[in-house]
Amino acid sequence: MAAVFTPIPARPAPVRTSGVAAWLRSNLFANNASTVATLLILAAALWVVPPLANWAIVHAVLRPDADACQAARGIGACWGVIAEKWRFIIFGRYPFESQWRPEVATILLLGLLVVSCIRSFWKPWLAVIWVAVVPVFFLLMGGGYLGLDKVPTDLWGGLPLTVMLATFGIAFAFPLAVLVALGRRSNLPAIRSLCIVYVELIRGVPLISVLFMASFLFPLFLPVGKSPDVLIRVLVGITLFAGAYLAEIVRGGLQAIPAGQVEAARTLGMSYWQTQRKIVLPQALALVVPGIMNSFIAIFKDTSLVTIVSLYELTGALSLALNSDANWRPFKIEGYLFIVLVYFIFCFAMSRYSLWIERRLGASRQR
Amino acid sequence: MADPIIVFDKVNKWYGDDFHVLRDIDLQVPPGERIVICGPSGSGKSTLIRCINRLEEHQQGRIVVDGIELADDVKAIEQVRKQVGMVFQQFNLFPHLTVLDNLTLSPMWVGKMPKKDAEERAMEQLKRVRIAEQANKFPLQLSGGQQQRVAIARALCLKPKIMLFDEPTSALDPEMIKEVLDVIVELAGQGITMLCVTHEMGFAKAVANRVIFMDQGQIVEENNPHDFFDHPKSERTRDFLSKILGH
Repeated sequence: MAAVFTPIPARPAPVRTSGVAAWLRSNLFANNASTVATLLILAAALWVVPPLANWAIVHAVLRPDADACQAARGIGACWGVIAEKWRFIIFGRYPFESQWRPEVATILLLGLLVVSCIRSFWKPWLAVIWVAVVPVFFLLMGGGYLGLDKVPTDLWGGLPLTVMLATFGIAFAFPLAVLVALGRRSNLPAIRSLCIVYVELIRGVPLISVLFMASFLFPLFLPVGKSPDVLIRVLVGITLFAGAYLAEIVRGGLQAIPAGQVEAARTLGMSYWQTQRKIVLPQALALVVPGIMNSFIAIFKDTSLVTIVSLYELTGALSLALNSDANWRPFKIEGYLFIVLVYFIFCFAMSRYSLWIERRLGASRQR
Repeated sequence: MADPIIVFDKVNKWYGDDFHVLRDIDLQVPPGERIVICGPSGSGKSTLIRCINRLEEHQQGRIVVDGIELADDVKAIEQVRKQVGMVFQQFNLFPHLTVLDNLTLSPMWVGKMPKKDAEERAMEQLKRVRIAEQANKFPLQLSGGQQQRVAIARALCLKPKIMLFDEPTSALDPEMIKEVLDVIVELAGQGITMLCVTHEMGFAKAVANRVIFMDQGQIVEENNPHDFFDHPKSERTRDFLSKILGH
């Protein structure tokens, strides 16, 4: 008699125990080591959190009152320093009565950045808006037309400068990085060597020295008054620097794409650039999103180094704001915590966005 | 005999300096002929068919495909590739694109076809390989056999005169081999020139006009399938056949 195959119907997995107690037991007190770790962390929190809360909240001075702050020194935080100095910290040395201009310009730019991050806005008109907004940004910042007073670039500062350097640094560095990464895998020895020299040269020096060169050394080789604005020179420096690091990240992604993908594209008659654009880069870049975003975040924070060439972005503007005023100078920690918060908001947003992108791109890889 | 659509004339190829992978290959393929190439691994059979669309470059001799000689001229190579479809062992579908986008990519970007027409043609080919209902899935959501059928449909979207199959069933689970071979057999009935590297000897008997046996970079023996399998001329061929048919 032949055996009859009877399929066993699929059954649901056993129900997991739920509830607070069960969760605590399995996650915090599962075994001895876990229990010890939980208790240690709890003890550390009890030791750190109450004094911190006392300082930051309970005994804090919120009014911009220098005497009250002096009285509370060492006991409570002086958040008044931010109430007093926030405009200087955010806008740097930009002329006080014109500070609405960097404000509007930065909001425009940030708004455009946010819009650009949303998938349903990735249409041709987005490029048109960029082309329109960028000149408006520089018109508002620099002035000199339409009855706006001219503001030289060395007075630009604070958050607008940080956002501008990071945005344009990233916007220029990324395409550069893709080209260099492709160049390093080129069949043409001249192009390959050029890209290798660029990457190794830039990676071999600190950003500070690149900025120094861009700011002080570069103009020496040009006739007086002929060298481009310091802001542009610094932006080129940041772009070249970030481009080298990004290029290596992109190259890592390119290497992960199987040769069969390129072969298949070739048999379909696609040219080199079509293959890169439609087949290789979409897959390669998707693989290295975390690395790319890492670099973007690094660029955003590295802009703080332009202080050393006398451009006062957010960090520089804070030092300037507090150092110039003996009454408020002692409350630097509170000031720094404030810009920490500003940096954190930007970087955290970038990081969450990167996670969202990863999830979206993961869709095609799921079975 | 009509003018051959593929000509190999004393073709030699080396990998590096000392691996002589193709040795004095002479081959003429008339339009519409269906050739199965077999041989042990490393015998050069994949390299041979990969030379036809210049995924591999030969160093000596001439290869002429559809009247165009393959040399360094990139435009000529792109011209040839439009006439030659290829199916790989590992499918090589584009995992970031849906099945439909895999098929419309080349007609739209290489053939400059409007999207609507390209999609129409793609659906036609998907129906031909009996997988139209999967058009909007991603390749990795399909079984191996389904993926390979999509790959065949993708190659057909260019309306090629020549189809190359490089071990199309070697990466498949045994249960899926038949569905892919059935599709290829069906194509064979439609007058397209085919070169297929495979060890599916039953398939070879069913569709091939000619079977070529290669070893150590040479064509050892070629014959119609009947004589090839029943009266192999050379000792080497007999030995090979006894190994692959003996179990």
